[in-house]
Amino acid sequence: MRTAIFTLPLLALATPALAQEHAGHDMGEQPQTATPDAPDSGAMDHNAMDHGMMDRNQPDHSHMDHAQMEQDAMASGPVAEDPIPQGPPPPEAFEGPAFAADAFVGVDRMATSRTQVVKQVSGEMPVYWFQAERAEYRARAGKDGYLWDVQGYYGGDIDKLWLKSEGEGSFGEKPESAEVQVLWSHAIGPWWDLQTGVRQDLTGPTRTHAVLGVQGIIPYEFEVDAAAFLSDKGDLTGRIEAEIDQRITQRLILQPRAEVNLSAQDIPELGIGAGLDTAELGIRLRYEFAREFAPYIGVEQEWKVGDSADYARAVGEDPSVTNYVVGVRFWF
Amino acid sequence: MTSLNRRKFLHYSAYGAGLAGLAGVMPAWARGTQGGTLARKGSDVLSGEHLTMTVDDALFTTGSRRGPAVTINGTLPGPLLRLKQGQDLTVDLVNNASEGTSIHWHGMLVPFLMDGVPGITMAAVERGETFRYRFPVRQAGTYWWHAHTLQEPMGHYGPIVIDPIEPDPFEYDREYVLMLTDWSPMSPHEIMRKLKVGEGYFNYQQTSWTDKYPLTGEQRRMWAQMRMMPTDISDVTGSTYTFLVNGHGPEDGLELAYNPGERIRLRIINGAAMTFFNVRIPGLPMTVVAADGQNIRPVETDEFQMGNAETYDVIVEPKGAEAFAFVAEAMDRSGMGIATLTSRPGSKAAFPPLRDPPLLTMADMGMSASDPGADGMNGMSGGSMHGMDGMSGADKGGNMAGMDMSGGMNMRDTSLLPPNVKAGPGLDMVSMNPVDRMGDPGIGLADVGHRVLDYRQLVAAKPNPDDRLPTRLKEIHLTGNMERYMWSFDGQKFSAVTDQPIRFAYNERVRVKLVNDTMMAHPIHLHGHFFELVNGAPPGHQPMKHTIVVQPGGSAQFDLTATEPGDWAFHCHLIYHMHTGMFQVVTVRPLDGGDQ
Repeated sequence: MRTAIFTLPLLALATPALAQEHAGHDMGEQPQTATPDAPDSGAMDHNAMDHGMMDRNQPDHSHMDHAQMEQDAMASGPVAEDPIPQGPPPPEAFEGPAFAADAFVGVDRMATSRTQVVKQVSGEMPVYWFQAERAEYRARAGKDGYLWDVQGYYGGDIDKLWLKSEGEGSFGEKPESAEVQVLWSHAIGPWWDLQTGVRQDLTGPTRTHAVLGVQGIIPYEFEVDAAAFLSDKGDLTGRIEAEIDQRITQRLILQPRAEVNLSAQDIPELGIGAGLDTAELGIRLRYEFAREFAPYIGVEQEWKVGDSADYARAVGEDPSVTNYVVGVRFWF
Repeated sequence: MTSLNRRKFLHYSAYGAGLAGLAGVMPAWARGTQGGTLARKGSDVLSGEHLTMTVDDALFTTGSRRGPAVTINGTLPGPLLRLKQGQDLTVDLVNNASEGTSIHWHGMLVPFLMDGVPGITMAAVERGETFRYRFPVRQAGTYWWHAHTLQEPMGHYGPIVIDPIEPDPFEYDREYVLMLTDWSPMSPHEIMRKLKVGEGYFNYQQTSWTDKYPLTGEQRRMWAQMRMMPTDISDVTGSTYTFLVNGHGPEDGLELAYNPGERIRLRIINGAAMTFFNVRIPGLPMTVVAADGQNIRPVETDEFQMGNAETYDVIVEPKGAEAFAFVAEAMDRSGMGIATLTSRPGSKAAFPPLRDPPLLTMADMGMSASDPGADGMNGMSGGSMHGMDGMSGADKGGNMAGMDMSGGMNMRDTSLLPPNVKAGPGLDMVSMNPVDRMGDPGIGLADVGHRVLDYRQLVAAKPNPDDRLPTRLKEIHLTGNMERYMWSFDGQKFSAVTDQPIRFAYNERVRVKLVNDTMMAHPIHLHGHFFELVNGAPPGHQPMKHTIVVQPGGSAQFDLTATEPGDWAFHCHLIYHMHTGMFQVVTVRPLDGGDQ
């Protein structure tokens, strides 16, 4: 190993260097030699930039620039014309072992340690998350009801196993709808995950669907979940949900939410008409006692639209329902 | 665990009082005497050539917070190592704790096998094992040690003071080590998980309908449009952290005694896991005499911002009052660590209230005006967002491609990146105009109405050993995705580049340019070396540092002479950035330095 001591005073060097620097001081105002511009092209700008910047912004330190410029000028001519080139390391940088400690600590021991540490410092420890976005009581004309909308994942930065479930119903009746999705979620951009998997309906004439969707954040911070479902009966449907958090204070948060369900065809046994099937518009006001625990109140309007509305009327249901909701949003 | 040992503290103080006139010649610790400058919860000063440091699981209590911690030799912080330049050092690291451990000697020039980074230079020391460190102490100054594992934020850290062979070129009568840290009752694994799954989990200073931030509606919409938060200053905040000075929380009433008329050297170490500190002593100017352990030409200032792992030595001369407040305010102003400099025990200084939280600026977004004359950096990074108003002005710069309010700004123009930077899900921003921000005082300190230190003011006290011009430039991009909480160099986490280190040849002189494509300030640390900040200092006097803060959306350069063969960690010292991918290995070859 080297034994040079960094802090050792290098008196031999000191004298000429100091003299040179004083010369710099005495130079006084230096003409601008560089026309600094955006530093897009590597090395050359820094020197140029620094000097320009400092000369204009920090006259107090201008002597530094001049000294620096003088040295640059002596060593390599005008700064801006002689950038430090980018390039590969010299050949000797590639010599020797790939992992320097292996020969001293043991190849196997280091390999094991390295595997652990690589994982630890690469954010590759899988994480889990479960959230009940909506778990609520719904007061409305007729029988009051309930709704759950939960999701969770397990995985790393790029790939996750993602579970979703939602369902609703009226008290004293069989659940109106209930479903579970099991998805593989894959990050396809900074803000988007592609999700694909299976959805199983648990009520009514049960269906199994293939799922293809995206989940993420669009500009203006709307969280969006959009998916297409192809059922084992060949029916194609879709669902788009969007919500946004509006902070009134750090803990009191208003969340507008919208959802539309679409269908490519009439599915009479499910009461679904082709085109726009249902639309929901809601607003919830929650208070985050902790980030993880936030009771809320809200109101949500649901409409069945077009043929779906006709199906609803035919069985004596109101195609338009207003829900007054109280619930809790929680995650862990 | 440790309780406030006021009697011991007072003993140290009284002892320190007797040092007047001796300091700088032969401090007490060099003479092997008990006592010291460390004002903290009852831990020891370790001196000598053979030390034992024992890691234990522990509990820690501060204020109303209580939780798991790690201690070394029973204290938090662990022992102060008081060493002498030129001595040999042997340390037996004994692990009694449940997790694997190590000690990294931060800023010390050691053989790479002694550097203490599991997976790179050694295997972690498991419970019941002992590891022997052995190396010569080649340098002098203020440094620190810490685990290179997730034990670090739990208390596995402590100061190092190395007394020089030649006296320092400044005088003082008394000295104190002030180690600034952040401690949370939440385990590091849990904090990391919250950062991954939560959105702004620890930030209770976000914009809201009722905030007092000087933002127009248009500016608020612009931030939302970008899917970014102007309040994204610190990932982990006072909502879970208590800010400690030598292990003492704000309620512990830490006092640093002095006699009127004394010059006091404060050796200040930012040993925090995730917190940048704004350090000031209202009413008392500070003369900065060393940065990262290396002496600089003294420069007087009123405040300075410290990135994680940086150290600054300052000299103060209290006058005109009995007591002064030492304030280490978290950069996001969610809390502060405090101590009282007092010439009469019990005499209290008034602590200033927390200042209003700062906001990110145009410059932090990488949109400094391209004309360097138009007070691009300093002006714009300055006030709270009045840089925003400069948007139309910046357009005139002609270089702001992609900036178009109507169609939305392209904050992620990946065509600006060099081809080796991977633009995947882990990269959410590309700095459009990453100007050199060496002259920046740090987030939130541009308009504080007094002097603030910046990197351009640092000038090495003595000429540096290598006056060659670098032969090549190496550009490295700092990249990340705040939402997913992924951090990396050049868009690639460590796992993707384990066998593609950053290579330097032995004794090669390289200029390294760090480009920050994120909106956070990153304190970047290279193990085993000092590098010189390219800051416009006079020839041969670029300041030597081991850690460099790269301001958001900007760039910074250092010159490195690769004098230490081996494998060296290179990483962001925000611990949860490091542990989510902002980590690389620097290799210096050949291992024998070319001597056959």
